[in-house]
Amino acid sequence: MFGVKNIIQPTYKQNEGVFLDSSQAVYEAIKKAGINFIVSLPCVNLGRLMEMVEEDPTITHVPVTREEEGFGICAGAFMGGKRPGILMQNSGLGNSVNALASLFELYKIPVLMIMSHRGTEGEFMGAQVPMGKATPLVLDALKIKYFNPKKPEDAFNIIPEAWQTAEADGAPIGILLDIKFW
Amino acid sequence: MKRIEAIEKLSSSLTDELVICNIGFPSRELHHLKDSPNQFYMMGSMGLASSIGLGVAMSTTKRVVVIDGDGSVLMNMGSMVTVCNQNPKNLVWIVLDNECYGSTGSQCTYASSFQLGDLAKSIGFINVFSFDLNSEIDFSEVLSSEGLVFVHIKVEPGNADVPVIPMEPEEIRDRFIKTIKE
Repeated sequence: MFGVKNIIQPTYKQNEGVFLDSSQAVYEAIKKAGINFIVSLPCVNLGRLMEMVEEDPTITHVPVTREEEGFGICAGAFMGGKRPGILMQNSGLGNSVNALASLFELYKIPVLMIMSHRGTEGEFMGAQVPMGKATPLVLDALKIKYFNPKKPEDAFNIIPEAWQTAEADGAPIGILLDIKFW
Repeated sequence: MKRIEAIEKLSSSLTDELVICNIGFPSRELHHLKDSPNQFYMMGSMGLASSIGLGVAMSTTKRVVVIDGDGSVLMNMGSMVTVCNQNPKNLVWIVLDNECYGSTGSQCTYASSFQLGDLAKSIGFINVFSFDLNSEIDFSEVLSSEGLVFVHIKVEPGNADVPVIPMEPEEIRDRFIKTIKE
C-alpha cells in the first residue's frame, strides 16, 4: 500500500455536519477554517467546489496556470495576512515539489492543500495510477502531514483542525480526497 | 549598465514599497546596497518572484515591487498571464534581463531571441516600460505610474562581488510580515 508515515488520525467528535454532498462538505469546512484566499487548477472532481469558491464574495479566488505558481501566490498572500488554500489534482503536487521545500519549508509558511487524489480505488484511467501511487510518498518525502477523510462529514470535521495544525506548525497540510470520496 | 547599478538606482528611488527580490545574486546585491524590512529575499523557489509578489499585492493596499530576472520569468511564464488577468493596481514587475542564468555561471537563456516587453503587451499589460542597455532609467517615473506596471530592462551579464545574506529565512519572513501589518 501507499506510504502513510505522516498521516494523522483525527481527534474530532462525529457530532456535527452531516452532509450527503461531498463538495458542499469541503466548502463548508474551508469556510469554517477561515480560509479566505484560494488558488486553483481544475479536476473533474473539484468542479462544483471551484464554483462555490468562485461565487463566494468573502474568498479571493485566483485561477492559476500551474500549481507551483499557485503556491507562490499563496505564500505571498499568507505574508499579506490571508489564510491561503489551494485546490488541485494530486498531479499538481508533482509540479510543486521545489516550491514546497525551498519556499514553504524554508520560510515556515502554512497552506491548506485540498487535493483530488486520482489513481485511487475506482480510477477509470490507468494513466492516473503512477502519480496516484507516488502522491503519499511525495508528501512523506516532504514531511508534509496529511489527512485522508473518507466521507463528507469526516472532511467537514477534519479540515478546520488541519488548518490549525498547519498554522501552528508553519507548514503546508494536505487533504487527500480519494475518488470514492466524491 | 550592470544589474547592480540598475538595482542601486531602483533602491534609491524606493520609499515605502514592499519588495520581492529574486533568488541568488539579485537578492545579495540588493541586500548589500541597502537592507530593509520591506524587502523579502528569495533563497529558493526560482521563478516564483512574480507569484509571491502577486499574492502580497492582492492582500495589501501597499505598492509591491518585484525584482525578477529573464531566466526566472522563462521558468514561470504562465505568471505573466495570471498577473495580467488579476490586474493588481499596486504591482510593479521589474525584469532585469541579462540574457543569462547569472547566478549559476552566466549560461545563456533564450531571452535574446524575443522582446519580453512586446510579449507583455500582447498578453494585455498596458503600462509597459522597455529599456535597452544604454537607456537612462528614471525609476521615479516608473514607480509613480498608475496601476499594474511591467518593466523590462536589459542589463550586462555579471554579478557584483557581494557576500551571501547573513539572515535566517524566518527572520526575513517575520520582519516582512510585520512591516506589511504596520
